[in-house]
Amino acid sequence: MAAQDTSPAPEEVAAPTMAPHGTDYAAIAMRRERRNNLALVSPALLILVVGASGPLVVMLIYSFLAAGDYGGVVWEFSTQGWFQVFLQRDMFDDTIGFADAHLSIFWRSLSLAFITTVLCVIFGFPTAYFIATRPPEQRSLWLFLVTIPFWTNLLIRTYAIMEVIRNEGLVNTALMKAGLISQPIQMLYTDFAIMLGMTYVYLPLMVLPLYASMEKLDFRLVEASYDLYASRMNTLRRIILPLVKPGLIAGSILVFVPCLGAYVTPRVLGGGKRLMLGNLIELQFGQGRNWPLGAALSITLLLIVMVALLIYVRNASRQGGAHG
Amino acid sequence: MYRACEGVGKLQATVTQVQPGERAAARLGTGQGAVAIALKGVSKVFGSGADAFKAVDDVSVDIRQNEFFTLLGPSGCGKTTLLRLIAGFEHPTSGEIRLKGKDISPLPPFDRPVNTVFQSYALFPHMTVAQNIAFGLEMLRRPKSEVQETVDRMLKLVRMEQLANRRTSQISGGQQQRVALARALAPQPEVLLLDEPLSALDYKLRKEMQIELKRLQSETGITFIFVTHDQEEALTMSDRIAVMSEGNILQIGSPREIYDHPAQRFVADFIGESNFLKAEVVRPLDPGAEIRLPSGATLTAGVPEGMRPAGSVTVVVRPEHARVVADPAAGALRGRLTNIVYFGTDTHYHVELPQDGEFIVRMQNQRGSEASFETGDEVGIEIGDGAPQVLKD
Repeated sequence: MAAQDTSPAPEEVAAPTMAPHGTDYAAIAMRRERRNNLALVSPALLILVVGASGPLVVMLIYSFLAAGDYGGVVWEFSTQGWFQVFLQRDMFDDTIGFADAHLSIFWRSLSLAFITTVLCVIFGFPTAYFIATRPPEQRSLWLFLVTIPFWTNLLIRTYAIMEVIRNEGLVNTALMKAGLISQPIQMLYTDFAIMLGMTYVYLPLMVLPLYASMEKLDFRLVEASYDLYASRMNTLRRIILPLVKPGLIAGSILVFVPCLGAYVTPRVLGGGKRLMLGNLIELQFGQGRNWPLGAALSITLLLIVMVALLIYVRNASRQGGAHG
Repeated sequence: MYRACEGVGKLQATVTQVQPGERAAARLGTGQGAVAIALKGVSKVFGSGADAFKAVDDVSVDIRQNEFFTLLGPSGCGKTTLLRLIAGFEHPTSGEIRLKGKDISPLPPFDRPVNTVFQSYALFPHMTVAQNIAFGLEMLRRPKSEVQETVDRMLKLVRMEQLANRRTSQISGGQQQRVALARALAPQPEVLLLDEPLSALDYKLRKEMQIELKRLQSETGITFIFVTHDQEEALTMSDRIAVMSEGNILQIGSPREIYDHPAQRFVADFIGESNFLKAEVVRPLDPGAEIRLPSGATLTAGVPEGMRPAGSVTVVVRPEHARVVADPAAGALRGRLTNIVYFGTDTHYHVELPQDGEFIVRMQNQRGSEASFETGDEVGIEIGDGAPQVLKD
C-alpha cells in the first residue's frame, strides 16, 4: 500500500505537466489486485459452479420433466412432479386432494428438526458454559472430548445407538433385570429414536459455536449482574443469553438444516417406517422410480431451508444492528 | 438535617482544602456513627494443601455508616479479596461479615444490599446507559415510574443526561466510569464497594473523579469502601484508611494518623517518603518517649498506641519534618550533601549520614530564600521535637 501511495507522488512533483502522458500506477495496481483476487477465488468458484449450482440446475430441470417407466426422466415438459409434492389424484374418482403422506412427512421432518435443535440447545448450552468456565489450559481437552464422536463414522455411531435402545438392548435389558418393567419398551423405530440419534449426532455442532460465543463472554458481567440483585435465572435471561445469541443462532442453523434433510439416522433408527424428507427423496429416486417428484421434493427442501435461514438472518441482523 | 449539614461541610472541605492533615482535623468528631459493616476474624484461603494461599488472614474491622473507608495496599495484599468477600463473590473460609449487625456471610451477592463499582466497570454492552442504570432497580422489581424517576436522578447526579440512550461502547472511559457509579448507586445500597475505579483513567480525569466521588458520597450519604494502591488517592479522599499487607490490616486510622504516626515500617514506607533511623529509648513520656539518636542528640518521639517502647528501636522521620542547616554542629544529625533535587514547589536534599546511610530532607522553596547549599557541603539536620515516630518493628 505504501509503495502505491508514494510512487506517483515524485513524478507529479517533478513534472506536473506530464501527468496526462505519465503512467497511472494506481490504476495498474488496482487492475493487478483485481486480477489476483479473481485468481484466488477461482477454485472456490469452480467448485461452487460445477459441484453445487450445476446439479441444482439439473434438479430444477428434472423436476419439470415426466417420469420414465423404469426410473430416469423422459424429455418432455410436465408439472406432474411438482403436482405430486403436495397434491394427489384419487385412484378411483380422480378427485384432487392433499398428499397427506407427503405432508405428514414434511411435518415430521420440520418438527423433529425443530425438537432436535431445542434438545441440542438444552444439552449443549450447559456443556458449552461448563467448558467456557474451565481454566484455559483445560478447555481444549474438553472440546476434544465433545468432538470425539465426530471422528467416528456416522453409520457406526447410529448402529451403536441402536444397540443401546433396541428391545434386547442395554437399556431394556437393564430395566428388565432390575424388575422395573416386564415387557421391553419399544424405543427403536420411533420418532423418539430418530430424535435421540440426531441430537447425539449434531450436538457438537451446537456446542462449538456456543462455546465460541461464551469464550468471548466477559464473566465479570455475570458478577455485575449478581451484584445488581439479578438471580441466576435473570442473569441467564437478561445478560448471558443476549450476549451469546450469535453463537446460539449459528448453532441452531448448523443443527436444524442438516436435521431437516437427515437420511442415515431416520433410515436406521426409524427403520424405514418413520420417513423423513431425506428418505422420501431417496425413495423417489430408488423404488419409487419417480425422479421428477424426487427432484421437486429436493428443491422444496432447499426452499424450506432457505426460508428458515432468511428468517434467522433477518432476526440476527436486526439484533446486530441494535447492538452496534 | 444534621447529616445533611455535615455532608455539605465535607464537600467544602474537599474542594477548598488540599492538605490531608488539615482536612482530617476539620472532620474531627465525624464518622463516629453506627457500624455499617463489621468484619470479625475473616479469613479467606484459596486452594488447599500445599497450594493453599491465605489471601485474607484473620481480619477484623468496623466500618462506620457514611464513612469513606479506604483499603490501601500493594497488589496482592488481599484488599480486592476483602472487597469481594463483602460483595459476596467469595465466601470467607472462617469468620463472619455483619451488615448493620446481621450476618451476611452465607448470602449470595444478589441478596446483599451492597453494590460494586468494578475496576473494569463491567457495563452491559447490549444495553444503553439508561438501561444499565435501571438494571438493578428492575431486578428489585421496583415500579416502572420509580425506576424511571431514579434513573433520571442518577443521570443528573453523574451529569450524563445527554447520553442516556447511548450504547456503553459509544462513550468515553470517564463517562463509562460515571455510568458504573450511577448503576451501583441507583438501588441505594447500604454500602458501595469501589474496586480501584479510577485506575483506568488518565491523571487529569482521575483528579476530577476523586472530587466527584467525594461529592457523590456526601450527597448520597452512602458508606463507601474504596480499594486502591495509590497512596495519594487514599490520603486525599478517605475518612479512614486501612493499610494492608499480605492479607493483614497493619494499621487503621485517619489519613493524618497514618501519615504522621505510622505504626510499622511497612506503613511508613508504603505511604509517603521516609527516613529510617536507629535510636535508643531514654525514657517513656506521656505521650511518646524520649529517644537518643546515634549522633547523641535526644528528641521526643511519637509512639504507636499500646506500645511500651524500650531499648533500641527504629524511628521514622518524614523528609518535610526536618531542616538542613549550614552549621553541622547545630542539628540533631550531621552529614555530607550528596545531591540537591529541585522540584519547583520544594527542594530535596540528600544527605549522607555517617551511621544510617542516606537521609532525605524536603524544604519548601520560598521567594528570596534561595538556599546557598552545594553538594559536598558538611551540613547539619535539624529535627523538630515530636517529629520522629517510633515503629513497632
